[in-house]
Amino acid sequence: MGFTRETDHGTPPALVTGRNVTLTIDGEQVTLPEGTSIMRAASLSGGSIPKLCATDNVESFGSCRLCLVEVEGRAGYPASCTTPVAEGMVVRTQTERLKQLRRGVMELYISDHPLDCLTCAANGDCELQDQAGAVGLRDVRYGYDGATNMGQPKDQSNPYFDFDPSKCIVCSRCVRACDEVQGTFALTIEGMGFNSKIAASQNDSFLASDCVSCGACVQACPTASLIEKKVVETGTPDRAVVTTCAYCGVGCTFRAEMRGQELVRMVPWKDGKANRGHSCVKGRFAWGYAQHQERILSPMIRASVSEPWREVSWDEAIAHTASEFRRIQDKYGRLAVGGITSSRCTNEETFLVQKLIRQGFGNNNVDTCARVCHSPTGYGLKTTFGTSAGTQDFDSVEQADVILVIGANPTDAHPVFGSRMKQRLRPKNGKAGAKLIVIDPRRIDLVKSPHIAAEHHLPLRPGTNVALLTAMAHVVATEKLYDEAFIRTRCDWDEFQDWADFVSEASRSPEAIEPLTGVRAADLRAAARLYATGGNAAIYYGLGVTEHSQGSSTVMAIANLAMATGNIGREGVGVNPLRGQNNVQGACDMGSFPHEFSGYRHVSDAAVRETFEAAWGVTLDSEPGLRIPNMLDAATDGSFKGLFIQGEDILQSDPNTHHVAAGLAAMECVVVQDLFLNETANYAHVFLPGSTFLEKDGTFTNAERRIQMVRKVMAPLNGYGDWEVVQLVANAMGLGWNYTHPSQIMDEIAALTPTFAGVHYDRLEAEGSLQWPANDAAPDGTPTMHIDGFVRGKGKFVVTDYVPTDEKTGPRFPLLLTTGRILSHYNVGAQTRRTANTAWHPEDRLEIHPLDAENRGIKEGDWVSLKSRAGETTLRALITERVAPGVVYTTFHHPDTQANVITTDYSDWATNCPEYKVTAVQVGLSNGPSDWQEDYAEQARQSRRIMTVEAAE
Amino acid sequence: MAGAHDSDVMSTADRLVHMANQIARNLEAEGDARAVEMTADHIRQFWDPLMRQRIVQLALDRPGALSPIAAAAIERIAAA
Repeated sequence: MGFTRETDHGTPPALVTGRNVTLTIDGEQVTLPEGTSIMRAASLSGGSIPKLCATDNVESFGSCRLCLVEVEGRAGYPASCTTPVAEGMVVRTQTERLKQLRRGVMELYISDHPLDCLTCAANGDCELQDQAGAVGLRDVRYGYDGATNMGQPKDQSNPYFDFDPSKCIVCSRCVRACDEVQGTFALTIEGMGFNSKIAASQNDSFLASDCVSCGACVQACPTASLIEKKVVETGTPDRAVVTTCAYCGVGCTFRAEMRGQELVRMVPWKDGKANRGHSCVKGRFAWGYAQHQERILSPMIRASVSEPWREVSWDEAIAHTASEFRRIQDKYGRLAVGGITSSRCTNEETFLVQKLIRQGFGNNNVDTCARVCHSPTGYGLKTTFGTSAGTQDFDSVEQADVILVIGANPTDAHPVFGSRMKQRLRPKNGKAGAKLIVIDPRRIDLVKSPHIAAEHHLPLRPGTNVALLTAMAHVVATEKLYDEAFIRTRCDWDEFQDWADFVSEASRSPEAIEPLTGVRAADLRAAARLYATGGNAAIYYGLGVTEHSQGSSTVMAIANLAMATGNIGREGVGVNPLRGQNNVQGACDMGSFPHEFSGYRHVSDAAVRETFEAAWGVTLDSEPGLRIPNMLDAATDGSFKGLFIQGEDILQSDPNTHHVAAGLAAMECVVVQDLFLNETANYAHVFLPGSTFLEKDGTFTNAERRIQMVRKVMAPLNGYGDWEVVQLVANAMGLGWNYTHPSQIMDEIAALTPTFAGVHYDRLEAEGSLQWPANDAAPDGTPTMHIDGFVRGKGKFVVTDYVPTDEKTGPRFPLLLTTGRILSHYNVGAQTRRTANTAWHPEDRLEIHPLDAENRGIKEGDWVSLKSRAGETTLRALITERVAPGVVYTTFHHPDTQANVITTDYSDWATNCPEYKVTAVQVGLSNGPSDWQEDYAEQARQSRRIMTVEAAE
Repeated sequence: MAGAHDSDVMSTADRLVHMANQIARNLEAEGDARAVEMTADHIRQFWDPLMRQRIVQLALDRPGALSPIAAAAIERIAAA
């Protein structure tokens, strides 16, 4: 069968009121929710009224006049997209008069549209073409001699899509998608009447405009006016497979539209509950890395990292890996080896890596990159609520009245959720927008963007989160803004009182801490009052909360505020960590931490251990293992010698690069399983080629605890899915695994993990997704947690004492550096740097306030050196008032910048999550790359050499 | 290359002492007795056996390096 798009019902679903109406459409009686448009009603009952300007991603507009219908008892021909159904209505969608009217409308459209259908990229996938067919257009009476909009130059500036104004029918679907769905307001209609044209920003090219390249406009375009370059190049797809994006923790689902084994385009899936049919530039467009020429497809080994790599067979690489780990354990002891699971890989793959370590290595030395991002979330929410995860689903934001964003930049780092948040922040259908509080050292885009202005932006000094949140608690407690009934039933009243006494001390008031945080006491008080009394209040936070020496305390301070104000346990409220990686929630759930099994159960729990011992047939270690930084310390001390790393680049992503490098260099066997020779691979002895998310089956779990299917759409270029590679290693170590499909791994996870007991592939296929816990107690999963009681029983108020970080500014290092991500790139950039996304961000830049720049004689674009106690690098300056004086900011997407040369090894007190967000630095003019950068580039070049094998005679 | 840089990275021993003190300091507001108990628990739950052995030894080797709460917690770990 041929390719079809998802059905477009023309207008969005009606707001839920619970009331239905019954009407007759073309003689058929149908019953539908009130508020539904006639167009949607007809579509839902199997019909299709011709349309051009309507699409169900955006509100109806009523401009094209193609969707006219007749309604008995009403004069004229109402547009079916803007006319709601009514009780007893009798609608006719196809009459002689309607046919005539529609043909007339179509004739006008086509008279100003090129008739190059056969060579047009949208041929076969064009709504204009389809509708011309549907209305029976046979002739265009107006000729082509008059004024036309044809023959205009194309705008091909965007790396992923073209804009051809000649093919535009000015339906404004792109403009509305940009406004309503994405919320960027980059497109406008310029001019009037026949001269109206779509323009990006003030007639900029698409690339130079405010456009964020989310592609919503391209998806909305009914012609070839906005079309993917890849479709122009390849042709239309012939099949579609629904799968889950492998970038951030939003977990957008897409239809991967294929022709044979070739991916033609990714189109967000409208039924996806995380993204609701939207996407960002990364998910929709930045997948070219999967076929990038730098991808390594053959296993490689080498005896020492000073040698070039030698390509070997899979058999040799696997046997070598197994024998090296056994050799090291024989020589240095059972605890001398460990592994790192990947938040980029599937739940099933992550589960297998930790199983390899616990069952095969016989220790608990397993950790995951959540160590460096959300481990404090795990600790903090488990302590206060009893579950190491966010409390809501994303839909919940639609019910929020107050949104508090702290230490997160959703429009860059979680763009699709950022757009959904913006939809709620703008007034819609007569409902006022939610009020916004932003707590962030930088003036992030959300603070002020088209039709959105934060009620309060508290630009705190980096490192003072706990002081600030405790001061908010001070206001809540002293002004008695707390929800006593909630606290008495859901928490321990005495514990609350202890906490309230603590936060109420004068030294913790907004006024007392103002000199510390730099936030005006009056603003802080107003923000606290709004949060406590503004209705449903939801907190969204990111790594600006966790990546601090008091990351865990900050998470608990957030939880305290939510409990004290009763903002937990229903829609529209809650504590929502925005997880960084596609499967970081899943990696944590799957037992990737050295102290716990899947489902967050401590390894010292004998009853839990016994279930795993029975299933795996070995005795398991009851002692916690090493966390990543502890592994590196043990390596430099000589007691840790072998590391299996699946899909993580610790050299670039972990703090204090010098220390990481020294740790890796001290090991005898470092195995890197990855798509590319990443920075860590410079120190590796074995390289096992990895597979992309397009090449294997499995599941990812997003920030909402939503487990979604990842489906294989093409064969792995490297020969194996990552789960198969781990199984080969395990079997070479004698573990006797025999999984033939990832579904069997999920069955094992379900059998061993109470919160996953109801998670099986057949259920996921049927439901589309499940939010854990999904078990007998919650067969359909759990969109909102802690509804009738906290998972731990009573919610726990934890006293969070502000302890300043040991990383202090002084005369040598007077500025504070904080780090973050940008929309077009993803973490270490291994993927996005290998796509056309570099068009937006070819290098990391240092954001610096004009005052600090002027004091140092720095001008826009100058090369500057960035020095901390840990190291030095250089990059170019970007002068901006987004950062406050005294604060500088950079991204860490490019290995030649290596922002983590600068970051220190201070970390969160409870979890060792690194303090990426606070580093004391000095900035000065520089001539170019530092010695470290030059040495590093040379070392990287040397260590990436691959021995070329002479062709056999 | 890494060695050529004059960074002030802590030694593993210094870092363990720093970590123990940091845990104790963050739990201090719970009151001394509870803070000692919670610090000891925390270290038992999250530090691997070799790290625990090492901090016990460091407590003996470096009197005064640990804060009173941290020192009392480590004593408990040593006694167990």
